[in-house]
Amino acid sequence: MRALEPWVVEPLEVFLAESSARLTLLMTSSGQVVAQHGFSRSLDVMTAAALGAGIVASTEEIARLMGVTRFAGLVHHGERQSCMLSAFGTPRGRWIGLVVFGPETSVGIVQLFFEQMVAQLVSSAPREQAPPPTLAENFESELDASLKALFGRT
Amino acid sequence: MSTVQGVLDRVTRVPGVRGALLVSAGDGLIVAEQLMDGVDGRAAAALTGSLVGRLTRTAQQAGLERPAFVHLRAEAGSVLAAPGPDDLVLVAVVAPDANVGLARLEMIDAAARLS
Repeated sequence: MRALEPWVVEPLEVFLAESSARLTLLMTSSGQVVAQHGFSRSLDVMTAAALGAGIVASTEEIARLMGVTRFAGLVHHGERQSCMLSAFGTPRGRWIGLVVFGPETSVGIVQLFFEQMVAQLVSSAPREQAPPPTLAENFESELDASLKALFGRT
Repeated sequence: MSTVQGVLDRVTRVPGVRGALLVSAGDGLIVAEQLMDGVDGRAAAALTGSLVGRLTRTAQQAGLERPAFVHLRAEAGSVLAAPGPDDLVLVAVVAPDANVGLARLEMIDAAARLS
């Protein structure tokens, strides 16, 4: 498990231990990865983050068209593994969790401990302002630094 | 009254029962519920569904049949579960002074009526 911000580590570790999730990705609503577990290639994690953020944006637009604020989560049930995508508010802005899990656990367990992780993240998030968005001229170096942190490369 | 509501009514009428749920064991989600205030039905459904699923696999690996009834006793009460048809589990959350024997009989009979 790798996280860009240290206060994310403990809630995520508890969630992983309790839920038996295979893959977990925490990202901002714009698709910037905050923490990941289970991904072995940076390309996979960046793709999953981009697709996850896109799906959440699409479902939130569908919710708006249907006259509801937003959906609490989205679960794709698969035969061998399933995927849950859920957006939530934090003091650092709106984040998205993407969780892939297999038949060794259940969607009820994953949702239960995901909600507990969200509550822990909200209570342990530093209250100071989040860093400003990365400027275009710094984007490549920032991305490179984030990937090194998330995948442990030197 | 639907069969499911009738089943939950039978269980919650037993003295000391704080709530009854019908749970889909495979995904740990609530199908129907009758709970007193303060009972977290979603947690009970998720955790009991997982417990029954693991106990069933354990029993089958040991060459036994699936459990007919599960009683998880804790300091502040018990969780009772009676597996039914179609991956459904009838769950009851009971107080320490509940009539567990009567609850067990009602749950086993009610779970069989779900088919």
